Amino acid sequence: MLSAAIRKEVLLQWRTKSEMVAVFVFGSASLLLFSFAVGPVADALRQFSAGFLWLALLLSSTLTLSESFHTEMEHRALEGLLLLPASARDFYYGKALANWLRLFVLGVALVPVLIVLYDAGTLRIAELLLVIALGAAGLSAPGTLYAAMTAQLRAKQTLLPLLLFPLIVPALLASVKATSLLLLGDPMGQARSWILLLVAFDAIYWSLCGLLFGRVVEE
Amino acid sequence: MIEIDRLGRRYGSRWALSNISVRIRDASVVMVAGPNGSGKSTLFRILATAIRPHCGTATIDGWDLDRHRDDVRKSVALLTHASYLYEPLTGLENLRVFADHLDRSRDGLMPLLERVGLASRANDPVSAYSAGMRKRLSFARVLLQEPRVVMLDEPYGQLDPEGFTLVDEVVCELRERGATVLMATHQLERGTKLADSMLFLEAGRVVRTC
Repeated sequence: MLSAAIRKEVLLQWRTKSEMVAVFVFGSASLLLFSFAVGPVADALRQFSAGFLWLALLLSSTLTLSESFHTEMEHRALEGLLLLPASARDFYYGKALANWLRLFVLGVALVPVLIVLYDAGTLRIAELLLVIALGAAGLSAPGTLYAAMTAQLRAKQTLLPLLLFPLIVPALLASVKATSLLLLGDPMGQARSWILLLVAFDAIYWSLCGLLFGRVVEE
Repeated sequence: MIEIDRLGRRYGSRWALSNISVRIRDASVVMVAGPNGSGKSTLFRILATAIRPHCGTATIDGWDLDRHRDDVRKSVALLTHASYLYEPLTGLENLRVFADHLDRSRDGLMPLLERVGLASRANDPVSAYSAGMRKRLSFARVLLQEPRVVMLDEPYGQLDPEGFTLVDEVVCELRERGATVLMATHQLERGTKLADSMLFLEAGRVVRTC
């Protein structure tokens, strides 16, 4: 039934694609504001560019993750699906994959903004895309779980980041470090170690959150 | 057969259902009546495994609601105040989502929409549907499940007179197919005509059966 869950998510994403534009504008605005904080110092801008990219992605993720459960809760559609003899885990992985795709596309779309504002380009495009993909996976797996937990609460916009941010610190740190090494140069070949660390945390998040999701949405 | 034994459920410290014990035979229509807040919806939500009881047990076709939730879900369908629909998707797409999750063919979806009078609006998004049309689409979802036990919570709500007839026809059709129908409604006259037996709830307790 995972294929059914993915088909549903693709359809929902297509129908709500205008939201992605709004989230992209938010992410770009965040990058612009961060650049103001540093000032017109080219070296400093480049130095902090990786951290700012992931901060922008992290802030945008709270919007997109929270929004991903809006349609599920509007008419209790999520409950309707969970009352079918379908696996809650399949539903989770469908939703988490959709959120991963959103964050990955957003991350890739923010790279040109980063290049323009921070002069932070790299020729290691494939590795940068890999880091963005893995980092987005590190945000989307626990993010989807917590978004489901907080979806019915009135203070969901406040609670989601409060719960999510401490949990994803290791993945975020590895993403920033790996991106920074790719953008600023990696004479010691350390990027690989950070990428492997990111893979390890992704594996933990994706397996553990899938196991916990059924309990989270029960009632 | 539905067997309910001393079932209870509370919200906070208030018991919404308490000490409910009932047996409902197969292929029958049972009208569940009672004033607002008497526990009808809570009873249906427990039987559909949407919420768990705080005491007592219930079985549907021998499957325990608590221990065999997946087996119960294979045979139970619930129509509630919430439509369980996706606003951005069309009527047809909503049914496709449910058909895919049930591993059913998509071939029978248009006839189902025709059955509930929505064929001409199949490709309109649900956000453009009226409340009555949403209710009709929810009915199509219930029929798609081909359930053995159907719980209809206020099935006549928001429907026009044509819709009332549709509900009556669907209930009769389900009974003929061998399904058990539990129906909570304030349309007592209509419900009484359809029902084989009645269950009256008040303040979470069964006060009368007939």
